[in-house]
Amino acid sequence: MRALHRKLFRDLAAMKGQAAAIAVVVAAGVTMLIVFATTHDALTLTQERFYQDQRFAEVFADLKRAPNRVGERLRTIPGVNQVETRVVAPLRLEVPGFEDPVRGLAVSLPEHREPMVNRVFVREGRLPEPGRTDAVAVSEVFAEAHGLGPGDTLRAIIRGRLETLTITAIVLSPEFVYQIGPGDLVPDYERFGVVWMRERALAKAFAMDGAFNSVVLNLQVGADAEAVVEALDQILAPYGGVGAYPRSDQVSHRILEDELQQVRVMATVLPAIFLGVAAFLLHVLMGRIIRMQREQIAVLKAFGHSLIEIAGHYLMLTGLIVTLGAVLGVGVGAWLADLLAGVYMEYYRFPEVRFRLQPWVVAVAVLVAAGASLLGAVGAVRAAVALPPAEAMRPPLPERFKPGLLERTAWWRQLSQPTRIILRNLSRHPLKAILSVTGIALAGALLLLGSQLFKAMEQMVDVQYRLVLLMDTHLSFTDPTPERAAREVLHLPGVRYAEGYRSVPVRLSNGFREYQTSLLGMELDSRLRGIIDRDHRPVSLPAEGLLLTDYLAEYLGLLPGDRVRIEIMEGRRRSVILPLAGTVAEPIGVSAYMERRAVNRLMGEGPALTGVWLLTEPADRPALFRELRDLARVMGIGLIDDAEAGFREMIDSTLLAFMTIVLALSVSLAFAVIYNNARITLAERSRELATLRVLGLTRAEVSWILIGEIGLLTLLAIPPGWLLGIAFAYGLNQAMAVDMYRIPFVITSWTIAFSAAGVLLASALSLLVTTRRLLRIDLVSALKTGE
Amino acid sequence: MARQQAEAVANPAATGRETVFQTRGVTKVYVMGEVKIHALRGVDLALFAGELMVLLGPSGCGKSTLLNILGGLDTPTAGTVTYRDQELTRADERTLTRYRRHEVGFVFQAYNMIPSLTARENVAIVTEIARDPMTPEEALELVGLGDRMDHFPSQLSGGQQQRVAIARAIAKRPAVLLCDEPTGALDSTTSAGVLEAIESINRTLKTTTALITHNEVIGEMADRVVRMSDGKVVDERRPERRLTPRELEW
Repeated sequence: MRALHRKLFRDLAAMKGQAAAIAVVVAAGVTMLIVFATTHDALTLTQERFYQDQRFAEVFADLKRAPNRVGERLRTIPGVNQVETRVVAPLRLEVPGFEDPVRGLAVSLPEHREPMVNRVFVREGRLPEPGRTDAVAVSEVFAEAHGLGPGDTLRAIIRGRLETLTITAIVLSPEFVYQIGPGDLVPDYERFGVVWMRERALAKAFAMDGAFNSVVLNLQVGADAEAVVEALDQILAPYGGVGAYPRSDQVSHRILEDELQQVRVMATVLPAIFLGVAAFLLHVLMGRIIRMQREQIAVLKAFGHSLIEIAGHYLMLTGLIVTLGAVLGVGVGAWLADLLAGVYMEYYRFPEVRFRLQPWVVAVAVLVAAGASLLGAVGAVRAAVALPPAEAMRPPLPERFKPGLLERTAWWRQLSQPTRIILRNLSRHPLKAILSVTGIALAGALLLLGSQLFKAMEQMVDVQYRLVLLMDTHLSFTDPTPERAAREVLHLPGVRYAEGYRSVPVRLSNGFREYQTSLLGMELDSRLRGIIDRDHRPVSLPAEGLLLTDYLAEYLGLLPGDRVRIEIMEGRRRSVILPLAGTVAEPIGVSAYMERRAVNRLMGEGPALTGVWLLTEPADRPALFRELRDLARVMGIGLIDDAEAGFREMIDSTLLAFMTIVLALSVSLAFAVIYNNARITLAERSRELATLRVLGLTRAEVSWILIGEIGLLTLLAIPPGWLLGIAFAYGLNQAMAVDMYRIPFVITSWTIAFSAAGVLLASALSLLVTTRRLLRIDLVSALKTGE
Repeated sequence: MARQQAEAVANPAATGRETVFQTRGVTKVYVMGEVKIHALRGVDLALFAGELMVLLGPSGCGKSTLLNILGGLDTPTAGTVTYRDQELTRADERTLTRYRRHEVGFVFQAYNMIPSLTARENVAIVTEIARDPMTPEEALELVGLGDRMDHFPSQLSGGQQQRVAIARAIAKRPAVLLCDEPTGALDSTTSAGVLEAIESINRTLKTTTALITHNEVIGEMADRVVRMSDGKVVDERRPERRLTPRELEW
């Protein structure tokens, strides 16, 4: 091995602490990109393959009932490729040994063949044989939640009759990748399940012989989905069609897309921030480390090493550290991405995860980190080799100092000499001080970014469940029901208060922008459903017009006073135009709100309800549920506490899992930066500090110079760190708003304190390590002329 | 008269001069990996109050190691060093710091200025922590730099910087002044100025002074010249007459 190479490894060994810290910075940037890009890629790829393999429909339509021959007409719509007509029906399920009410959705399978559109993937067992009326396939998540397998039985209440069904298969469907009950925000696998039955059996059970109430279809390549949707609507209107919709409006798909969108945003914003910060830090750190070796470089030059050899030497040193960090980053990144993809698969059900480490992601991450470090190294090496060797070998001349403005003040004269040293050193090298402050500020900013979302999420869920959803139980009816139902449920066990509502599926539009959601008609002074503005103050329902979630109003490009077109997707499917009276700022979900009787009038019906909100005695709930289960009109029973717990759990295991990684990387990056900063400062000052020790200053007095300088830089860095962190967090927040929820942008004193405390703690620990090193410093070496 | 003086100097104990340092059997071994370097091989030496001793020897003979041990910057591998009644070889880090702070003034070849402090402040950093110091201004006047007090090291020549270092060393009124090649980096004219400062301090303040050099000529300004070679004291002599630095022939 050549001596220069040996020096490389010895240097590396000698600066192992710092090298490790720099490697951590590289690793943090690389990990960040790999985690997000790979998770995003895994989800997208898995989704694409699954959709393709199972021929996931591109257009959907629901209707009341149409004879099968209508299906033939659908096939003739221009642009349509394959059409599958089917029966889809809500039902209530009972799982042996499970007390709570369970809602189900039954979907028909063609009698003698596989569906051409929306095929199911059989995980276990076999699909029900043709002709069997008592056999079902069930969704995997539901089966898992109840520990069911092929051969087990379920009971179903179909149109009031109790039937026993045998499970023959456990399946997955592209339609229910995200299996969520109607009206739910998060999946409840125990209380909502999807089952598949052969068409004849299901049609018979729901009196749909020879007819269908659901259409799914695929398009020819290049076909216009909008035109097909329109044609479908026209054909199905006489049969009670409630509006065809493209895949982009399909619930499971949309939520999955929302999630992917969030991951995509994070995959862009976070790695950009992290790699950017890492690049900046690497540039600064490598530059300073190499500047410390100025004399060695002179010696090498004096020996006759060429510029290229010397530059190569230091670039190799940098390269080794970057490689170390990159390998660590790729390893940790791939491991975390695999872990995260697994977590996502709990919520988004696919037959398998298509996980791959894309070479370009690795390449981009490594190139950015390596490029930045090498750039820093090159600059410093160039400066070092520019000096004539003799000059570089001489002890550096005393740096030039000039008295500043500060020194004319009376205050300056009060300062001890060590304090003057600190202040002069900082003001002598404003650029270096600014770079250090920027580095520490970026570390603080990342800490703020990483922790902000935790508090914001908590606030979001708190607002939704303490200020918006004030009921504890939620009943939904199979059909619109006279309003006296709300009074009748008061007689049920444990019901303290009840309030009815009318929910109608609608399509809202403004020009070409449209959105399908539900219009919620509620009591004027609802006690169980809060509607609030941005500042969490209650908003009252308008006498005329409707309220929209602010996110939706913005999406549709509507301002209060504008007119909204409302297409009612139920009954006679009227269209009306109403003014937008105002906006509502609930953080979760998107809806339209009106007074309940106004909705009834809009529908041309008497006072009717589609559900009731309740306040109940927890102790009486088992009895209440037993009675409710016997009411044929009750389609679903939801406990708000369960929903909240489910929502929190989902947020915790997906978004917050990501943020935990971000936070962990932020913390390691902050420590690495601050530690390195302290180490370099020590190296630059060691001669001076040793001299002071020789002159009789105590360890404490000498440590003060180091602690004071780094402490001052740290304190200076905290406020800009906050500002940068708030900017990062705001950018991320804006980019992450989706239909399902909008994370509030909240900077609490906790977040602010966390960022500052993290930076201070990192500084304190780094100083502890560094001052211990300072105390072991060799006094004699400081007196020598050379290094 | 001259003879009398010479006798008195030859036997300082007889003159009743106090012994400031006494080393006995001081050895220093540096272990560098597998190699042992014997920097000092049993040095017995005394330094007496008020004298100016010059320690001569080629580089690597151990003189700097000895000076560092006397100054409390290093500890011997074996042997004892006594400063007045105190055994330095047994002192802990705190005691050594206190010793350096109040008793010893150092001057080094590399000046070791604090670049961010002015001449005055470079002295003040020591006077601020000393027990009975002179003011930085007084100290700088003593070395002839009264007109350069607010200059930063980068604005001073090498000789001026070294004189600031001397002012810094003596401002605390130390009992001993230890100078390690104070003129090593200076030309002869400048050197004379620096040596004059040291000589004048020794003469007027009666500060016990030990000066290391490899320059034979400088020995002529000493009360006593101790020659070292290969880690041992090999010769000791007393010049007939102390020359002033201006009288030295370079």
